[in-house]
Amino acid sequence: MNPVLFRKFKNHLMTFLMVAATAAVLVPLGMIFFHIVKMGISSVNLGFFTEIPKPPGEAGGGMANGLAGSFVMILMASLIGIPIGIFGAIYLTEYGGSKMSTTVRFAADVLSGTPSIITGLVAYSLLVVPMKGFSALAGSVALALIIVPIVLRTTEEQLKMVPGSLREASLALGVPFWRTSLKVTLRSAMSGVTTGVLLAIARVAGETAPLLFTALGNQFWNKDVTKPMAALPLQIFNFAISPYDDWHRLAWAGALVLVTIMFTLSLTARYFGRGRQRV
Amino acid sequence: MYYSAANLKVTDPAPALKVQLEDVNIYFGKTHAVKNINMEYPENSVTAIIGPSGCGKSTLLRSMNRMHDLVPSARVTGKILLDNSDIYQKGVDPVSLRRKIGMVFQKPNPFPTMSIYDNVIAGYKLNGRMNRAEADEVVETSLKRVALWDEVKDRLKTNAMNLSGGQQQRLCIARTIAVKPEVILMDEPASALDPISTMKIEELIEELKERYTIIIVTHNMQQAARVSDYTAFLYMGDLIEFGETKKIFTTPEQKQTEDYITGRFG
Repeated sequence: MNPVLFRKFKNHLMTFLMVAATAAVLVPLGMIFFHIVKMGISSVNLGFFTEIPKPPGEAGGGMANGLAGSFVMILMASLIGIPIGIFGAIYLTEYGGSKMSTTVRFAADVLSGTPSIITGLVAYSLLVVPMKGFSALAGSVALALIIVPIVLRTTEEQLKMVPGSLREASLALGVPFWRTSLKVTLRSAMSGVTTGVLLAIARVAGETAPLLFTALGNQFWNKDVTKPMAALPLQIFNFAISPYDDWHRLAWAGALVLVTIMFTLSLTARYFGRGRQRV
Repeated sequence: MYYSAANLKVTDPAPALKVQLEDVNIYFGKTHAVKNINMEYPENSVTAIIGPSGCGKSTLLRSMNRMHDLVPSARVTGKILLDNSDIYQKGVDPVSLRRKIGMVFQKPNPFPTMSIYDNVIAGYKLNGRMNRAEADEVVETSLKRVALWDEVKDRLKTNAMNLSGGQQQRLCIARTIAVKPEVILMDEPASALDPISTMKIEELIEELKERYTIIIVTHNMQQAARVSDYTAFLYMGDLIEFGETKKIFTTPEQKQTEDYITGRFG
């Protein structure tokens, strides 16, 4: 074959392979999304957001308790997990000796690699067994255990990118080290830290396994965090494996709402990540 | 609050010594970076420290407000006296010390998350709150003193990063003098700036010395000759020569100093 033609052929072939690989990434995502929209959109209505599930056989009903439960548990998990992650990261980058930092960093990596069902088991033995009952609190702790390593590592990466000259500027003004860490270093890294926090929240919003034997789920309204509480992913799971068509429809609607929430969180995270400060 | 410039004019023929270095040695781990330095800086004077790269001039400067403490392997021996009291003795808090001995860095480093206004009062704001009227006054006085007020008074609330490099550096000087230091250390404050901005910084140094004692590290020998009253020449961690700038640049005693200032090496 003509060598020039052969070279062009190779070029086209490689381009095609790369486009195909890109499509292989995008097509499943698109399929999942379109399928969920197709199956769920008809059941997403006002009732879905305001009503609790109806008994099997009755049409209608919603997942208001699951949405509220997820919100409460994610909020509590964030209140526990985000400060620990952020302060831990400040300690690692600003104060940590090298040996200590390496150990903590390794521990965080192991923790974030731990299957979430194991995280649930930990919360189960830590809280459910001593408190003699499933509770939203235990669910929140399980979720917090997932949030901590994500926030810690992303915050650490962001803090490392803050130039030393800013810390020096602050210290040279007679600002104590801890204030410098919080008000200058962390403040300068805030957009990146926000991205990490939102991604961590998006991650736990969809977690089901750690809630299975901690928050357990609830068919009714519950405001007591020491009692079992409903959560959106749990309700989707329970309804999807049930034999009732009405519940299947609700599960699809729940899936659509959950995916939309996570999508929004990820997009917001990207927005914050984009406006990075130039220093 | 501030002394007026008039009654701070140096009338005393032998002004008080503000900072004194006695047998100062600085080590990084096992490296002996600064060797046995003895120097004195009179109040309201400008002293330039010159010398080739890596001669220890920045290290020496950073030991004077204990910024050096932040490097874990660094060690200082000897005495550094501020108003006759050793800043390295037990019980001296480096944080309060740095409020008395301010520092301006090589690269302008305003806080990118703050406005021009907030940058000037950063030394107060980062340490707590400050009442509005007082803040307004500090901002105006400090910015006027660095001749930046007229350029920025209409956009005090805009981000400090929108200023030019030279303006940023003057802002950093304003931020330093806003906390009312007695001594200002400058680490090559104009080396990242264009000639016009450099000239403005030099004029500023001339004015600032009426109120502050200034010690400036510079690469630029013409700059040292223009702005300083005294010059110290450092080479490989040794103080080769220290004296009045005029003398150092016209009739240096040491051959090495002469070689350096005439550009034969360095």
